[in-house]
Amino acid sequence: MGIIRAKQLVHEYIRRDEEGNVESIETALDHVDLDVEQGQFIAILGHNGSGKSTLAKHINALLTPTEGSLWVGDMDVSKEENILPVRRTAGMVFQNPDNQIVASVVEEDVGFGPENIGVPTEEIWRRVEKSLKDVGMLAYRHHSPNKLSGGQKQRVAIAGVVAMEPKCIVFDEPTAMLDPNGRKEVIRTAHALNKEKGVTVILITHYMEEVVDADRIIVMDQGKIVMQGTPREIFSAVGKLKEYRLDVPQITVLADLLRQAGLDIPVGVLKREELLQHILRIAQVEKSGEVS
Amino acid sequence: MSIILDNVSYVYSENTAYQIQALKNINLKIEDGQFIGIIGHTGSGKSTLIQHLNGLMKATSGSIYFHGKDIYEEDFDLRELRNRVGLVFQYPEHQLFEATIFDDVSFGPKNQGLTKEEAGLRTFEALKKVGMPEELYDQSPFGLSGGQKRRVAIAGVLAMKPEVLILDEPTAGLDPAGRDEILDLVARMHREQGITVILVSHSMEDVAKYVQRMIVMNQGSVMYDGLPKEVFRHYKELEAVGLAAPQVTYLMNELKACGLNVDTDATTIAEARASLLEALMGMDAKKADFGGTPC
Repeated sequence: MGIIRAKQLVHEYIRRDEEGNVESIETALDHVDLDVEQGQFIAILGHNGSGKSTLAKHINALLTPTEGSLWVGDMDVSKEENILPVRRTAGMVFQNPDNQIVASVVEEDVGFGPENIGVPTEEIWRRVEKSLKDVGMLAYRHHSPNKLSGGQKQRVAIAGVVAMEPKCIVFDEPTAMLDPNGRKEVIRTAHALNKEKGVTVILITHYMEEVVDADRIIVMDQGKIVMQGTPREIFSAVGKLKEYRLDVPQITVLADLLRQAGLDIPVGVLKREELLQHILRIAQVEKSGEVS
Repeated sequence: MSIILDNVSYVYSENTAYQIQALKNINLKIEDGQFIGIIGHTGSGKSTLIQHLNGLMKATSGSIYFHGKDIYEEDFDLRELRNRVGLVFQYPEHQLFEATIFDDVSFGPKNQGLTKEEAGLRTFEALKKVGMPEELYDQSPFGLSGGQKRRVAIAGVLAMKPEVLILDEPTAGLDPAGRDEILDLVARMHREQGITVILVSHSMEDVAKYVQRMIVMNQGSVMYDGLPKEVFRHYKELEAVGLAAPQVTYLMNELKACGLNVDTDATTIAEARASLLEALMGMDAKKADFGGTPC
């Protein structure tokens, strides 16, 4: 049984006028079915307004279904009494690190979450140390978060979530505001938590390069899941992705252009290393052709 | 004519324990009609720098000249400078506030002292430029998608008819199509109207694709200033300061290291494609001489 399961999940944003009459209804999620296994690394792609964040907010019980259901472990998020346990099971990291940091010292910030849910003091310190180590920020435990780089701040925010010991972490565009190094740090951290700690990761992003190592990619459009598969399967469908206002990694575009020009390169090349090997192979063939 | 920065330094909280030097002796000349990219890691001084260009921040020392006039002279009209140098902040859609899209965009030109008719014309023109459908003009900007809201916010600056347009990370948080729409719009305005564009970005790929000149900021100083291909030659030094080169540039360098004769100055997909086809398709057999060192 998966850790996150959505069944015919519908969410409607209903706008009302002053008298409470319905002015407009916007269907943000339209009968979504989803099953995520514990320990998977899932990426969600989709244009602005496609429903990604609305889905993410259900996993954290920040929103509840209008119709259908969403389960985190064996808990139905629509049940009031499940809200806190759901949030302990599924943590969330947001776009702007500055909005997620509350304390003036790194270790106090990380300890804020566990303290809030009544973890005993000794255990809080143990968790703070462990989670700062997990994100590679232990050396900064006594620093002020203000003086950190964007990527470091975001890792402190992640440590704050890790300290709650969730089984699953939802990253909602965690790198949108970061420079190239910061982006790498955050993505590396998400993968490390997934591989080494077995944390289920759900990554929402607009950077195609960041999802090439995911186990599965989900593409959303108009509140529906419209594509699902491995990165290679998804990024082989360049035309379809463009229709959904998405893109493919730069390396995939280049590999496609080279194939169209007649070079022997397969579809769905995702990484630099792969393309490098294909080009070297072709160069070898050319060379031996010339010799004979 | 141009903007000239002469030995500009800026210190935050001077003479306190929190003193930080954000800009150190910056010397730059920004010529009319250039398309410039500014890159640098978070905290490198990019945003501080661009806020000096329209007089929002005042240098602690040094001078700035706009069309040959010192902007810190007492009789210099800073208001006029801000009309001519338009600044689009990060997440500009957070600054939308009027009840309708049209009113929001016309706020700037009205404030410039234009008549209602003139401001209205400017507003129409600006909304048209950013591709906003006319039937939306009377609607609330808050009902728009993220990319549309951002286009309305940019239209608000365009309606002031700036000669220089500065954009601070205009594509952060947008989906790939939204990103292309904004950058294509800016490139078109640069091409067709000859306005000077200064783009602050964290995307090396975008900078490589669009700009003519690249300025790299590091610890408050200009680290590199040149053509994108010249700057990206220093990709190792860029990495050391938290930046990177476009993916294709890495690929070309790796192929070169393996003995393949390819152009390591390629920074865009189109350039990489051309160089690789030349090297691989035997169009120029001598150039395609593959050394054969296995790697």
